[in-house]
Amino acid sequence: MIARAQRNLVPAALGFGALLAFIVFVEVLIRTGAVNRFIVPMPSQIAGAFERVIVEEDIPHRFLITAREAFWATVLLAVFGIGIGVLLYRVRLLRSATETWVAAMASAPTVLMYPLFLVIFGRSERTIIMMGFVAGLPAVILKTIEGLAGTRRVLIDVGRSFKLTEVQLFWKIFFPAALPTMFVGLRLGMIFALINIVGVEFLINFGGLGQLINDLAERYDLPGTYAAICFVILVSVVFFFLTDRLEKWLRPAD
Amino acid sequence: MAETGRLSAPAAPLASPVTLVRIAIVAAILVTWEAVAASGLLFRDVVPSLLVIGRATAGLLADKTYYWHLGVTAGEVGIGLLIGGLSGLAVGILLGSNRLLGRAFEAYLYYLGPTPKIIFFPVMIMWFGVGPGSKVAMGTISCFFPVALSAAAGMREINPVLIRVGRSFRASTWQMVTKIYLPAMRLPAINGVRLGLGVAIIGTLLAETKLSNRGIGFLIINAYSTFDMPRMYALLIVLFVLSIGVNAVVGRLGGVDSIRRA
Repeated sequence: MIARAQRNLVPAALGFGALLAFIVFVEVLIRTGAVNRFIVPMPSQIAGAFERVIVEEDIPHRFLITAREAFWATVLLAVFGIGIGVLLYRVRLLRSATETWVAAMASAPTVLMYPLFLVIFGRSERTIIMMGFVAGLPAVILKTIEGLAGTRRVLIDVGRSFKLTEVQLFWKIFFPAALPTMFVGLRLGMIFALINIVGVEFLINFGGLGQLINDLAERYDLPGTYAAICFVILVSVVFFFLTDRLEKWLRPAD
Repeated sequence: MAETGRLSAPAAPLASPVTLVRIAIVAAILVTWEAVAASGLLFRDVVPSLLVIGRATAGLLADKTYYWHLGVTAGEVGIGLLIGGLSGLAVGILLGSNRLLGRAFEAYLYYLGPTPKIIFFPVMIMWFGVGPGSKVAMGTISCFFPVALSAAAGMREINPVLIRVGRSFRASTWQMVTKIYLPAMRLPAINGVRLGLGVAIIGTLLAETKLSNRGIGFLIINAYSTFDMPRMYALLIVLFVLSIGVNAVVGRLGGVDSIRRA
């Protein structure tokens, strides 16, 4: 047990130590004038700007705006993504006809449609939510189909032997069996949605955390800009970490 | 003379049911689009008629300046992919081949990978200016993470026998990389490049829409600013076709589908 903890501790300490050493190195480079402090602020300045940005720029409120947009995009993804996935799984012909299109949509740079969405929905939260939704949709659809198609034959046969109706078969057999894979899709969709939501907020200068970075950059508040970027990274990492844990918890043991 | 019975193959249908469904879906979309365009339900030009979009697409493809802008974007994406891809490959090989380094640093890549890269654009402008340099930098940081993570995963999948054979021949580090590692991890590496290419295109184009006076991203935001909707649709259609086409070509090299493997 102790040996295992030590085995985990050494790489973690190395990683964290290297990060700290890098930060100190950058600080020294800037203090000695090797790097222009008007281009890269000192890490100590960035750390000092955190409190100011959180208090003066009302980060909790901005965080809630971004979280609200991400929530609505996730609701849309869950309803339409899983719904379309189920439909395509049930109607085999429709699935054969459109699955490659959905896969192609996954590789298309849909975020570049944001000017089009601006025209349709205006400079509002709706544009941002729809951009997040569109970006995450293909992953949710494809993973839903994959999850349902991967249901073990024996489970379906057991359900049929109990003379379950099609609706019962779906809710009692297919849905629980496909849930882990469907959650993988939803998680991917949420990640794509969050990336696009913050990105579009930044690009159209509207909304929560993305707008904050744009605001601070336009004011040439460099320590504040870097602090806001660090905050967004922190939020992304925490979000990614939590959904990762949830996915592992849902995944059946092999 | 009585005709002997001949076995004749049934006439093949003109189109398979899948093709017919596809045609029906496309036709339904086009008809709905045209009906909405003609109805006047939305603001004028938000949904232009298909004829107008077709004309704008033809005009775009006949426009010489479009190819110049396309060349600028392709150059920025290409250089970004080259720098980000090579550095990602090097970091991935290093982290994948060394257990301690992998466990120490891969988590950072894993968790930083999905952060929205466009938020680094103000920093890139500070470092590399408002010209193509900052767009190349956006392409670079966008594609670095998927390539590095795929390369590290690919390294760990290499058959240890191959590595031992290389070492028994006293191969140098360079020979190990070029003769053992890269050929053995071709598929994950190409998959990483494919993912990296997609995000490099997005990163570069988004940066162009934010602050630029050249490139396809600039053309899109310019069409928005002047409310030239047919041209915007034309640009998006051509861009989507190009992106999906390039992605399919790179994917065919790897023979894998990224979403299915995610």
